[in-house]
Amino acid sequence: MAVDASRLDAEFAGLDALEAQEAPPGPGLLRRAWTGLWPKLAAIGIVVAVWQAVVWAGLKDPWVLPGPAAVFDELSSLVTQGSFWTAVGVTMRRAATGYVLAVAIGVVIGVLVARFKLLRTAVGSLITGLQTMPSIAWFPLAILLFGLKESAILFVVVLGAAPSIANGLLTGVDSVPPALVRCGRVLGAGSVDMYRFVILPASLPSFIGGLKQGWAFAWRSLMAGEIFVIIARRPSLGANLQFARDISDARGLLAHMVVILVVGILVDSVFGRAERSVRRRWGLVDVADVP
Amino acid sequence: MTVVEADSKPACTAGVALDSVSKVFGRGPGAVRALDRVTFDVAPGEFLCLVGASGCGKTTLLNLIAGLDRPTGGSIDTGGRRTAFMFQEPALLPWLSAQANVELALRLRGVGKDERRRQAEELLERVHLGGSGHLQPHELSGGMRQRVALARSLAQEADILLMDEPFAALDAMTRDLLHDELERLWSTTGLTVVFVTHNVREAARLGDRILLLTSRPGRVAATFPVEIPRPRRIDTPEVSGLAALVTDRLKEEIRSHGR
Repeated sequence: MAVDASRLDAEFAGLDALEAQEAPPGPGLLRRAWTGLWPKLAAIGIVVAVWQAVVWAGLKDPWVLPGPAAVFDELSSLVTQGSFWTAVGVTMRRAATGYVLAVAIGVVIGVLVARFKLLRTAVGSLITGLQTMPSIAWFPLAILLFGLKESAILFVVVLGAAPSIANGLLTGVDSVPPALVRCGRVLGAGSVDMYRFVILPASLPSFIGGLKQGWAFAWRSLMAGEIFVIIARRPSLGANLQFARDISDARGLLAHMVVILVVGILVDSVFGRAERSVRRRWGLVDVADVP
Repeated sequence: MTVVEADSKPACTAGVALDSVSKVFGRGPGAVRALDRVTFDVAPGEFLCLVGASGCGKTTLLNLIAGLDRPTGGSIDTGGRRTAFMFQEPALLPWLSAQANVELALRLRGVGKDERRRQAEELLERVHLGGSGHLQPHELSGGMRQRVALARSLAQEADILLMDEPFAALDAMTRDLLHDELERLWSTTGLTVVFVTHNVREAARLGDRILLLTSRPGRVAATFPVEIPRPRRIDTPEVSGLAALVTDRLKEEIRSHGR
């Protein structure tokens, strides 16, 4: 009467072996690193070359627009100075504090708005509106409210980043495949378990996108804030930028701009990495697409 | 082979009892009557197949039995038994490994951590996926995914397994093996199965009884007892013969909609 289990086992094993999608061996680590690196290096090379060409064209005086060599010279002496690193420290601490606050607030707002229909109708479009509001427009109000203090800067950083983060989460929650929600219900998940085990994990790719965009907004707001709100005896990258302009130190100014750009790119690449690893884990990337 | 028409009621103490169940979607003149006074019983441990053309409300019917939706009229009694549900798509959570997908079903039932792991391994073993628990769903073939979904359904330790065209998207060979597999699991567990399919042969291959549903609205048109000894094969004359009989009746029903 019973179906032969061992026969079935053998047949399934054969079928599975035939159907298993074995990934072809990828290129080695060094090769992969190089394939990822050379286009970036080439792009930097082109930018520097164009910059140099503009300088050589003599459109601007060299003390207004110095060439790359002079700027990188300045940069290499900058990184040996303690005061520079103090400034970097202050800026990064502000960035971290503001960003962590923005994530906390963005997540709470995102979940609440996703959860309650009335709240979504009420403030859903407001969140998108806030996202498009240039953060620099907040500074006059922030300075009125908080004075020329750290809190004014943090206020604007949070306002800049939190809407993107909330929106990323919201988009993620909205795009959870209905089949997964149905599956959660069938498995007996109540509304808390549904969020914990199904909806929040399912919205992760979009949430990381929101975090990434939130970082970009936070970093921009922070730089605007540091130029606007200069606090005595507290050097920062933004303040240094402003000081360099005040004393017409174009080399120092450009050197700081390079630093700001590099920090932005480095942090962004962390999010990019997280995004890729999630996509790979979920099987959203074809093996052939992986660099 | 005998054909029992709908009005004669089977007399058995039910695993699932549906009593003139109706379901209407929407209100007013635009309302759609998906099910119309559907009455049937499923005996405990029975393998019941529901067949019908599109629009016969098969999925609606399963949703109602699972308690995912409420009937507009009539009553459904599962005697407080638990139901598990398997869909056409495996609906595995893509961020969890095969093992973790099965474990989630156990976790939502309140099974402890070590016990979860042990049971999930055992369940995967039962669907011949012993060494594949660590793989992510996208690393599995369609048939393997559906077996993980089957293991997950079994993890719910339900008495009634509702299956909504679970093998429709698989190739014939894989489907054939899964028929064997399902028959084996069913015969060793005493599960009550309600299996919805478009595929009449599949119904004849698997069911103890086949219910034919009409379309728009769904109503029970005919009942076909399947008296073919198990284990069965889909390619035997007995299964084909019964399938032909059911198909003829189904075509008759479909023709009535063209007029």
